[in-house]
Amino acid sequence: MRSGNAGNGMGKKTTTKRTESEVKRVLYERPRALLDVHTHYCAGCGHGTMHRLLAEVLEELGVLEQAIGVAPVGCAVLAYDYVDIDWTEAAHGRAPAVATGLKRVHPDKVVFTYQGDGDLASIGMAETIHAANRGENITVIFINNAIYGMTQGQMAPTTLIGQKTKTTPRGRDPETTGYPLKVCELLDQLVAPVLLARTTVVTPKHVRQTKALLKKAFQCQMENVGYSLIEVLSPCPTYWHMTPMEAYHFIEQTVTDSFPLGVIRDVKDRA
Amino acid sequence: MAERMALTGNDSAAYAFKQINPDVVAAYPITPQTELMHKFAAYVADGEVKTEFVPVESEHSAMSAVIAASLAGARACTATSANGLALMWEMLYIAASCRCPIVMPVINRALSAPINIHCDHSDTMGARDTGWIQLYSENCQEAYDNALQAVRIAEHPDVMLPVMVCLDGFILSHTLEGLEANDDETVRNFIGEYERSDNLLDVERPQTFGAFALQNYYFEFKKQQADAMQEAPAVIDEVGKEYGELTGRSYGRLDPYRCDDADVIVVGLGSSMGTAKQAVDDLRDEAGLKCGVLKIRCFRPFPGDLIRQALQNAAIVGVMDRAVSFGLGGPLFHEIRSARYGGDGPMLNFIYGLGGRDLSLDLAKDVFRNLAEAKDSGQVEPVVRYVGLRE
Ligand code: SF4
Repeated sequence: MRSGNAGNGMGKKTTTKRTESEVKRVLYERPRALLDVHTHYCAGCGHGTMHRLLAEVLEELGVLEQAIGVAPVGCAVLAYDYVDIDWTEAAHGRAPAVATGLKRVHPDKVVFTYQGDGDLASIGMAETIHAANRGENITVIFINNAIYGMTQGQMAPTTLIGQKTKTTPRGRDPETTGYPLKVCELLDQLVAPVLLARTTVVTPKHVRQTKALLKKAFQCQMENVGYSLIEVLSPCPTYWHMTPMEAYHFIEQTVTDSFPLGVIRDVKDRA
Repeated sequence: MAERMALTGNDSAAYAFKQINPDVVAAYPITPQTELMHKFAAYVADGEVKTEFVPVESEHSAMSAVIAASLAGARACTATSANGLALMWEMLYIAASCRCPIVMPVINRALSAPINIHCDHSDTMGARDTGWIQLYSENCQEAYDNALQAVRIAEHPDVMLPVMVCLDGFILSHTLEGLEANDDETVRNFIGEYERSDNLLDVERPQTFGAFALQNYYFEFKKQQADAMQEAPAVIDEVGKEYGELTGRSYGRLDPYRCDDADVIVVGLGSSMGTAKQAVDDLRDEAGLKCGVLKIRCFRPFPGDLIRQALQNAAIVGVMDRAVSFGLGGPLFHEIRSARYGGDGPMLNFIYGLGGRDLSLDLAKDVFRNLAEAKDSGQVEPVVRYVGLRE
């Protein structure tokens, strides 16, 4: 650190003259693609962190001009108002099919979907599985918060056993509504996918891991290796009826029991 | 004892569901229908109904599940909006063709794209040829009353067809209004038990529904379906009358308002007809304009002959459509014009309120003024006019 401590009154006086570029060295800033606007997301929602990571990764990979996002129906429906790249809106659940069409026409673009559990694992499960099974060379960002946030907190296929939602006011009962649906493990039955991983954004460590995975997922696509899906356990404090901190702890302590974190498949590394 | 309560349109429909106590409800959330199912899920969880409630993974599955439940002899209901209804499309035809008396509130919302969550009638107007009966509601009370009557209409042995109870998204679904609710016993007696004579679970008389029928029999099925629709008007009228005797609120297929001496009549459906009625009162007082409103409650089966009769003395008629049939104009307008084929004076078509654009009282009055002007000047071009458009 050449000019460390300067200006905090604690450092030694130094006579070294600093160049202008040293003075202005930027250590941390808003990624260019993350627009300086208020989002509609609730306090403590994981979408904010994920939008930032998405913008950072696309910028670091130098593909902001090539990136095309497919926005879902759900809380992230307005992602195009926050991340300044090209987007298109898909009907509920159809994002992987839309991404397929885009990528097949423009194989040089970096095409990804950004979907929640209602969109990806419920109404759009058919598209999810078939795009993965065809090994479409796309990147799927799957925000799993175990609830339908936008429609105000109904049971999702990923809702935990016993979790109270608007459609399971006494808690999810597997007898009538089944079990938390594990998308990564389900897709792991297929031959084609190359990267399947589950991560979260509730601690700085997790955020860094998520960023690395996201980057890898985009690299898979850019190197024409194939289909990747990054599942992110994301807090929904509002419809978990928790404070943001409680929601963060809930993910670490409880949600990960049903949805273990880790890389489920990484063919790229194995190769 | 009837009870007066304050409920939103969604809550009113959910309350009707609670009193209907369906055997099976399968649903998927979509704005603005969602609260209806929240409310109903709470009734299920609290044991206030005995319904088998299935939160399925899409609207297509919701409709599939209730069709099967209905064929198996259950009283089955669901609810949806806009894109949810669109995703049910394939199954809507099957529900009607298999003669499933399903009752489904549709909380009207604009179809994508651009994606929009607010009210218009593009969803249910698009579904007008699916074989469902369609009742439109002006307010929350009507939504509740229509939902209860829908059960009787749908399940009538001469009809056996599904019914959509349409109510405007947000304008009604999310607006608190006073509701006269019937007591549970009155409703129970009114709707009675549902018994399907040809149900799937009858092991004595095994049945197959929706099976292959090609050039040999498909045509006959469709004719029977058309015939069932022909039976519906008499049943709708009879049920509306009986409901009136029971509750003091009787219903016809049309609801004319101050039409008797009116020169200028506006025809339409849904919540904006309340605004139009207010416009009529104001314009009669302020400008001495002899005007009236003809509200269509039952859009399918289409009451063409009644409409023609109700409009026969009008000097000019304006039809308000909250949907566009692209390349044609408003669907309601065109059906009414064809019902009035062969004369009966000029008609204008007003397209309004797409994607939730508000129809203010002033705009509603403008429609009447516009008509009055056209009547006096004889200038009826263009026929299709847009109300409140930012252009
Ligand atoms: S409802 Fe949940 S998922 Fe949606 S913005 Fe709020 S916290 Fe995020």
